[in-house]
Amino acid sequence: MIDKTQRIGEILAAHRHREGPLLPILHDVQEEFGCVDIEAERLIATGLNLSRADVHGVVSFYHDYTPTADPRPQVQICRAEACKARGVEKLIDRATREAGDRVHVKTVYCLGLCAAGPAARVGDRLYARLDEKSMVQVIENA
Amino acid sequence: MMPEMKIVRISDDALARALGADKLADAFARLGHEVQRTSSWGMHWLEPLVEIDGNGFGTATLDDVNAILDGSSDKAIGRIDEHPFIARQQRLTFARAGKTRALSLDDYQATGGWSGLRRARQIGSEQIIEDVLKSGLRGRGGAGFPAGIKWRTVAAAPGGQKYIVCNADEGDSGTFADRMVMEGDPYALIEGMAIAGEAVGADQGYIYCRSEYPDAIRKLEAALRLCAHIIAPFRCEVRTGAGAYVCGEETSLLNSLEGKRGEVRAKPPLPALQGLFGRPTVVNNVLTLAAVPHILGEGGANDYDALGMGRSKGTMPIQLAGNIKQGGLFETAFGITLRELIEDIGGGTLSGRPVKAVQVGGPLGAYIHPDQFDIRFDYEEYTAADALIGHGGITVFDEDTDMSEMARFAMEFCAAESCGKCTPCRIGAVRGVEVIDRIRSARNTGIARKRDVVELSPVMHNAPKDNGRLPEQEIALLTDLCETMKFGSLCALGGFTPYPVMSALRNWPEDFVRGSGEVVGLVLDKAGA
Repeated sequence: MIDKTQRIGEILAAHRHREGPLLPILHDVQEEFGCVDIEAERLIATGLNLSRADVHGVVSFYHDYTPTADPRPQVQICRAEACKARGVEKLIDRATREAGDRVHVKTVYCLGLCAAGPAARVGDRLYARLDEKSMVQVIENA
Repeated sequence: MMPEMKIVRISDDALARALGADKLADAFARLGHEVQRTSSWGMHWLEPLVEIDGNGFGTATLDDVNAILDGSSDKAIGRIDEHPFIARQQRLTFARAGKTRALSLDDYQATGGWSGLRRARQIGSEQIIEDVLKSGLRGRGGAGFPAGIKWRTVAAAPGGQKYIVCNADEGDSGTFADRMVMEGDPYALIEGMAIAGEAVGADQGYIYCRSEYPDAIRKLEAALRLCAHIIAPFRCEVRTGAGAYVCGEETSLLNSLEGKRGEVRAKPPLPALQGLFGRPTVVNNVLTLAAVPHILGEGGANDYDALGMGRSKGTMPIQLAGNIKQGGLFETAFGITLRELIEDIGGGTLSGRPVKAVQVGGPLGAYIHPDQFDIRFDYEEYTAADALIGHGGITVFDEDTDMSEMARFAMEFCAAESCGKCTPCRIGAVRGVEVIDRIRSARNTGIARKRDVVELSPVMHNAPKDNGRLPEQEIALLTDLCETMKFGSLCALGGFTPYPVMSALRNWPEDFVRGSGEVVGLVLDKAGA
């Protein structure tokens, strides 16, 4: 395993010169470690000369940053208005059952595929016009 | 015999890719044909759409490949540019949609790209702003503020460093026009930003794009690398949001760009005077900035001004979404009615059942009843009807929808996405969910909620010791709460959440209270709501 302090140091160095570097740094840390934990917050705070409270305030504000890593694959399902109008709510029970403990089903609001919902996202892959069968498939393959 | 090689055009828009466009493209390529990945025409119900010699085939699957090539496919829709959905549009911002490859500088140049920026550099700051004012262009993000006036304020503001910030945090459900511009015509947006920079004297731009749009981020970054030498000395970079809906509000977005919590700032000071890092900043939506290159072209401002109605000038990219047969992007001059949009152009609901409600303007927009479908697309006409155009998204619902559930969702969404800075939004939304839950439970069970143990305990001096609220009292409470949120919130999230809630209550009272729903009307009349 790579040394966390060293890796976060590299991420800090890559972004420190930019205007408003905190969010890009947090994105990289979340991507690399699957979370932004207390230790990471401390290192980032020291590196940017901010208080830990400042950094924690930002980390806890945004939905994209998580305090602990979840090793399960994540399937994001859109449950905003347009996907509701196209029947996503009827698929949720089945999706949750199918996912069980193996897959993390996360609700998101809007993936921008509103004329072709219900929609889901796994990593950077998007799926649209889902019905029960294809939704189950997406979760199985996640 | 070798079959004739064809040029096959398939969109690489995220929506087409989500429906298998990549595999389809591979299949044509494997058969030796030249595949061009273009932007999307915006006919989303036909995606993935295959185009050969101007003729379209949709929705195409892998099984259709051979039939499409030998001309026997039953998916043929004829010439795409003559399809009624396309032929009826007036496309200015989306003039290139379906026709060019997103990242091809040659395609962009060949379709008039960079001519707006070239002319802007010749005529100088004052004349650019004059042109934008003359065009009547208003901010397409929702508020409809005249873009030219914003630019003039920033241009006149003292201070060296100024910024152009593009609001690409398109979080509203039912909207995807920003995404389509960023993925399909990124240079148009970048050119618009460079022109804005020229107008106000800013040399740095930021595009704040939501993290839910990975394809848009990738394309914008690639486009910025490829055109850096053209827009120089203007520089621009993409910043990725982190899943906060409220960051679509301009001051919250600025805080987020600065690396802070995305909390809303009180206005004044206006961002135009003290914006990003306290510097004068233009914050415009993607559609506003992407409309600029056309306006700055020769005679563009007059063209723009000639379209539309009243003070709503030019065209609006309208997005048809939800339960609609022919969903997609429809750009047209202001003034079109909802009935035309939904019945003629959209073809009614996908499910085939009657339309029950239409939400215009995203999660904060009012639910409009079919009785009001003659309302014309115009900022002022919508405001008069207690509704909003917002970002031009139209989400259609059929008769299976329970409107009290949608009202509850509006409150739930506000509670989940509130930045927490002001009380009406932070606490009001949570209480709103609770009130609507009580109303719905009384409707479903016929039993109103009784006072609980805590309320009845003697130490709770102020809690009434009665049998609990009647449905009409709960409705009055909800109405009152909505008033407080509407007038007491700092930004549109808390301030506009009452629109979907109250419009649902007003138009579909029977979904809230058992029986005819007459009691709701009485309560609303009494409250003057």
